[in-house]
Formats: sequence, C-alpha cells, structure tokens
Amino acid sequence: MGRAKTIARRTFLIGSVAIAGGVAFGVYKVKTPHDNPLADTLEPGQATFNPFVKITSDSITLITPHADIGQGVVHMQAALIAEELDLEFGQFETSFGSPDAAYFNTALGAEAVPFASFDEGFAARTMRTVATSAFKLLGVMGTGGSSSVPDQYEKLRRAGAIARETLKLAASKEADIPVSQLSTKNGAVVFPDGSLRTYQDLAASAAKLTPVSDVTLRDPSTWRLIGKPMKRDDILGKSTGTQTYTIDLEIEGMVHAAIRINPRRAEVLEYDASEAEAMPGVSRVLPVTNGLAVIANSTWRAINAANQINFDWAEAPYPAEMDAHWAEVAASFMEDRLDQEWRSDGDPDAAMESTEVLTAEYRAPYVAHQPLEPLAAIVRVDNEGAEVWAGHQLPRFVQQKVAAIAGCEPDQVTFHNQYSGGSFGHRLEFDNITLTTEIATQMPGVPVKLTFSREEDFAQDYPRQIGMSRSSGSVKDGKVDSWSLDIATVSAARSQSARLGLPAAGPDTQIAAGAWSMPYAIPHLRVRAYAVPELAPTSSWRSVGASTAGFFAEGYLDELIHFAGADPMEERLRLCTNPIHRQVLETIAEMSNWGSDLSENQGRGVAMVESFGVPTAEVVEVTNTEDGIKIDRVYIVADVGRVIDPVNFENLMQGGVIWGLGHAINSEITYSDGIAEQTNYDAAEGMRLYQTPEIIVKGLENAEKIRGIGEPPVPPAAPALANAIFAATGQRLREMPFNKHIDFV
Amino acid sequence: MQLTINNKIYDVDIEPDTPLLWVLRDEIGLKGTKYGCGIAQCGACTVHVDGEAQRSCQLEVGDLEGSAITTIEGVGTPEALSAVQQAWITHQVAQCGYCQSGQIMQATALLMENNAPTDEDIDDSMSGNLCRCGTYPRIRAAIHDAATKLQEG
Repeated sequence: MGRAKTIARRTFLIGSVAIAGGVAFGVYKVKTPHDNPLADTLEPGQATFNPFVKITSDSITLITPHADIGQGVVHMQAALIAEELDLEFGQFETSFGSPDAAYFNTALGAEAVPFASFDEGFAARTMRTVATSAFKLLGVMGTGGSSSVPDQYEKLRRAGAIARETLKLAASKEADIPVSQLSTKNGAVVFPDGSLRTYQDLAASAAKLTPVSDVTLRDPSTWRLIGKPMKRDDILGKSTGTQTYTIDLEIEGMVHAAIRINPRRAEVLEYDASEAEAMPGVSRVLPVTNGLAVIANSTWRAINAANQINFDWAEAPYPAEMDAHWAEVAASFMEDRLDQEWRSDGDPDAAMESTEVLTAEYRAPYVAHQPLEPLAAIVRVDNEGAEVWAGHQLPRFVQQKVAAIAGCEPDQVTFHNQYSGGSFGHRLEFDNITLTTEIATQMPGVPVKLTFSREEDFAQDYPRQIGMSRSSGSVKDGKVDSWSLDIATVSAARSQSARLGLPAAGPDTQIAAGAWSMPYAIPHLRVRAYAVPELAPTSSWRSVGASTAGFFAEGYLDELIHFAGADPMEERLRLCTNPIHRQVLETIAEMSNWGSDLSENQGRGVAMVESFGVPTAEVVEVTNTEDGIKIDRVYIVADVGRVIDPVNFENLMQGGVIWGLGHAINSEITYSDGIAEQTNYDAAEGMRLYQTPEIIVKGLENAEKIRGIGEPPVPPAAPALANAIFAATGQRLREMPFNKHIDFV
Repeated sequence: MQLTINNKIYDVDIEPDTPLLWVLRDEIGLKGTKYGCGIAQCGACTVHVDGEAQRSCQLEVGDLEGSAITTIEGVGTPEALSAVQQAWITHQVAQCGYCQSGQIMQATALLMENNAPTDEDIDDSMSGNLCRCGTYPRIRAAIHDAATKLQEG
C-alpha cells in the first residue's frame, strides 16, 4: 500500500477540475451515501426510491442530472432507468433535478489518474478507486470528459431496478400476492391474472416502504431499449422550434441586459455611456467586473445601446501580439517547465546517436468554442438567496459562484439547468452567470436576463490551449525505431482551476493526452509534457488535450513511418500490440479498403488516438483538385465497450469528425493589441455543409469498460486529414489551421 | 405598424429599423427563430418572406409591412408536422437543435423551389446555415427523404 498512499496524498488535475486525493478523509465517510435530495420535495403519499426516480399519484419523474449540451444525455439517462423500470417514453417526465452531492460523477475520478486506460495494474486500479472516492466525498457533479455514460450506466439501471422492485413489494403487500408472482410492464405492476396496477396508483403505499436494495440487473439479451435505435426524447421539440433554451426563457417581471467587457480581460479606465443611456428602452447602465451592463426592455435595445458606449480599456495581462505568445511556447521546452515525463521506453537518445534523425515541429493555435446558442443566463437575487436559469455543466459550482456574489449560502441558490444550444466546453465557464448575478445583485427582486452578443461571446471566450511539439526520431531496417516527443502547451486545466478557485498542483494530465498513452510498442519512445505559463486564459475544448497532442503525435508518426519507407497502416498495425486498439485499426483498414488503388491526385491518411479511454481510428480520403483539397470520405471506428443507441452514436461520431476537420482547416483565435481578432463566424466558421464528406461510422464493443463518445472522434480527424493531404500532394501540414498553408474547396 | 406572420396580423409599435429577428422573439414571442450571429453568417434566424428564405437579423421590420412572413412555428407544429420536419425526425437530425429551425426553414424554401434537389443543389442552398454539432450528413439525407415524400405527394 506504500506507493498508493504516496500517490493518493498528492493533488492531481482532472481535465477541468482539480481534486485533492481522498484517503485522508477516511473510508467511513467515503462509504456514507449522500442523502436523497428528492426526499425533501415529497408530499405525503409520494414516493422516491433513490435520487433518480420520483412517483406521485399522477406523474413519474426521472432525474437526469447530466447537462444536455446536444449530446443527448437526457434521453440516454432516461433510457437507462426506463429499461429496468419497464417504462415507455411518454409515460414520464424528465428533470435535471437540483444540484446535489448525491449526483456526484463516478466516472470523472477514474479518468483523472495518470495511468493508461488499459493499465489494470495494482497502482492504476488503486488510484482509480481513490480518485472516485474523492469525487464522491466532494460530491463533484459534472458533465464533461465524455463521462456521462460511464458514470450512469450501472447507477441508473440500478436506480430503475430498485424502484421496480419496491413498487412490486408495495403491490405484493396490497394484494397479498408473493412478489415472485408479480411482473412489471408499461409503467404498471402485472398481477398473475393479468390485471394491472399503475406505478402512480402504488406511489402512496410504496412511500411507506424502505426501498428494496438487493436487486439484480437484467441480462443485456432481454433489453428493450439499450443497444437499439431510439427516437430521442427531445427530437420533436428540436424539429419544430418548440424546444426552449436559456435564451428563450421569459420570467415574469424580467428585464433584458447586454454587456460590454474589456476584450483585453482587464479593467475599464474610462467610459462614456451618455449616448447609450439616452437610447429608447434603456433604463440603466450598471458597472460589472471589467465592463458595463445596459438594462433595457428588450434584447435588441440592450445590445444596440451597449454597442454605443465608448471605452478606454486597460492593457491585457498577457502579451498583446501573437508573436510573443508563440515565442513563449517555443521557449518552454526546458527543464524548469517540464510538467511530467509521461513515457520512457528504451533509450531514444542513444538510439538516435549514430543514425539519421528526422525532426519536425508542430503547432496548434488557440481556437474558440462558440456554440450556436450565445451565452445567456437569468438570475434573480433577493433576501432569501438567488434563483438561476442557465445551461451549465457544473451545477454545484454555479451555486458557489452565485452565492459568493449575492452574499448568501450555496444552498440558498436554486439552479434550474436548461437544455443548451451546444457547449464544446464553453459551458464549463461561468462569466454569463457571474455577470448576470452582479447585475441582479444591484437590482434586488428583479429577474435579469443577460444575452451575450456573438461579438462579446467571441471576445470573452476562453479558447483551446495554444501549443507546439518537437519530435525527433529514427528508423532501422525499414521500421520505426526511436522517437522523442516533446509537447509544450499552456495548461487549460490550470487556467480553469484558477477560475474555479481550486488548487492545481501536480501534473496536468491533458498536455500530452492522447500522445503518451499511444498503444505502440516503439523500441525507444519518450513523451515529455512542458507547461507553458499562462498567456491568454484557456479552457477545455471538445476533447481537450488530445485535440492538440493527438495531432502532434499522429502527424509526426506518419512522417517517421514514411521516413522508414513503410506503409502508414501496416507499420501502425505492426507496432500496435494492445488487442483492443489493434482491432480498431484492423477494422478501419478493412472498412476503408486500405491499400486499394486511388487515382493519382487522391490520397488517403490514417490516424488513431485514444482519448477518454476510447481508441478511435479514422481514415480520410482527399482529392487534390485544381482549386484545392476536397475531402471525399471519412471512415471512423471507435471501441466504446457498448453502444447505447446506434443512431445517436452515429450522429455524435459524424459530428465529432466534422468538428475536428472543420477547425483544423479554418479556425484559430489570434490576438492583436491584446484583443481576439476574430469577432464572429465569418472569421472562424468551422465546417459548412458543402465541405462535409461522406462519413462512414462503426462502433466496436470489445473493450471491457463502457465509455462515452462525445469527444473521442475529434482528435484523430486533424492528423488523418494532414496525412491524407501528404499522400495526395507530398506536402506536410504541421500547423493548424491548415488553410494557412493549402487551399480547400 | 402591421406585420403578417404565419397568416396572422400583428400590430407592433417599435422603431422601424429593428431587425425582424428581435421583433419575432421579444415583441411577438415567437422564440423558434434563433439569434446566432447577427450578421447573416449562421442562418439560425432564417424565416420566409413572401416564400423566400431570408436572414431575419438583416431585415428591418419597417420594410416588411404587407409581406407574408413565415417562421418555424408556421411551417408545422408538433401535432401537424411538415414533410421536412417529419424527415428531420425520421433521420434524428438534431443534436443540440439550436440551428435546426433555421436549417428547416432553409430546406423548406429549397424544396418549394426544387422538389428534386441534387447534392450540389443542397450544398448551394444550405451552406449558409451553420451547425456547430455537425449534423450535416443527416440534414442532407433528410432533405433527400423529404423531397421523395413530397414527390410522392
């Protein structure tokens, strides 16, 4: 136990959230379950069996605490409960529930530890247990890191089974028929004679029972919902304009607000708001951190007036121009900034001593999140506390942030989570909520709705980490032999942790994510991560560290394989010893008909990156046309252990590929005079429909653990495209966005 | 001024240079039309004006008296879906769904003009509508499907 203890007492970083290791708190406390928050909401005769199922005499509510940012997790969570509880969609409502420690994320902790997903050694297993206990103890409730499925897969099926068995027990007592003769179907308990008693009818008597805790989960072969194509519960609303988002909400007595915040993230020196104050519908101009808010009687009037304020902004706390940002990154490959040596196989320095060495430098820029629904929030503050309406991935931190500004306790903050119009990591940040709270605190009792203009959203976004890699490697007998991969990026996790007010000691697991854990048995391989000191503040961007490190690794590996004179797929297969990853590669080689003839101006590239425990491989096919590169086709294979819904799975895989390709082609945030130069989608558009290739998807279910698919399709897209372009043109792309170096059609 | 929206007449008292988008959302309460960029780069605010797809963030309401305006609420409802909306559901297009009102309005306008669009026609018509979630392959499939259904009558 000596080693596990030592590690556990350290503090380490988890993507976006830093957590103290848990053993110091003791096993007893860790095992104590959190109280059921639904118990506080019950009237006599209503039943709750656990924090996820609530039944009254006329309704059934399933609590789906993970935030729905487009990935369909409300439906997924409801399906897991409904599978065991024998409910059909339409028979129940869903609710995000109230923020509560009982909804702690059981999967984020296991992913936080610095061990490869396939490492089942003692230290790795112990650390996962310790980290999970820490999350439970602290009640960290979060959506992110593709963790919703692994977090909920067991837990929610068990919640459904507990409710089912308790309802059966209630029916058994009422009718004096043994439980063993009862079954459930379609929202009701079925008696031996075929008569039914609905769950709602049983709620009052079930409420008097201690919930049954000894339940057996159903065999997958009997599933009605899981693993089969499902019609998403939100699809009707989202196809008819009737799904509401934060930006659509109206609260009685609400005023509209717009803001202008220093785009250099520093204070306001001077301003002149006289013109704005005189505009129609404007009632007040109020100070907020680093800027001003305009209060008006409509969104448009507020935004319009805010744009008429003249400001003199203070200088940025980070370098004003991009050259200085890149210079800082380039200067970070030094011992002082070594964050962690993640991998050290063989002796790359010795292997490269007396042979030809291939070196290459890769770059990845800042990139904005920019989900299509702009940041918005509604907050009302009064003597009793605060009420908040917004879409957010960290509900309990929302309570803390709001409480700190409103001057109340976190449990006096009521948070109504909302469906979000995308996130991609943006809704892990708090500016929309804290700024609205600052305004609302100055207008007690009045609900304030703040809507960011797209320009403010771009200016105040926390982009993806900027970074570079330096690789050197050598080959022997036509095979890859040695490789030293050094990666230097700013730490998005530390930047986020600072804003969350959390400690951030220990290595940032994301700087070299997707690179150090590569499943390749290269005789001499070293992967080192260097942390660039904070420049412009950054944040988690869909797939986080792997979106940059995966590009650095798989781009250069392709170069090294070419240097060896080997085939990109065959050499990866030869090097890939882990059976799960190997099957992913074999499957994509077969699907894409790798090795088959292409015309002279075509090319095909492969990349495989594991992120969030999901090995994902992509093959991209391109044509080099007279007007530029056309992406013809993409094949993608990922092993998630089990696919919950093949339709949503395909949609998320395709969307991830499009996200990865689009931003690799054309998106970056650059700073000039300390201000982001891109202010709207015209300057950072991502992929559009005319550029979208055919995308052929396959999910494998060989891996032992179930995983999420929101992020893993992103990292291999950029390197697979770069490798395909090399195959078609002979040009290596080592810097994103690629359109700085080659045209696309 | 009077605006004709989804075959209903609304009396609106507002500055005539206000964009239609904000009149729909804040004055009339039709929230299905979305704000995304404000500069006609994303298409989330697409509506029909006299049968043609337009970006409502760029239209001043003062210019629209006498025009027939149709929003997502006017093409179909959850109880009475249009062929395009039905295809959107069949193909499970939406992820976050925020862009889909605009996508459906743009696709509906395309199909009113051309009931058998090729992939190229779809590229030309739909590329002004951003989908950050990347549902484009399903949008394409749903348009082809809706076209087939419309041809079958």
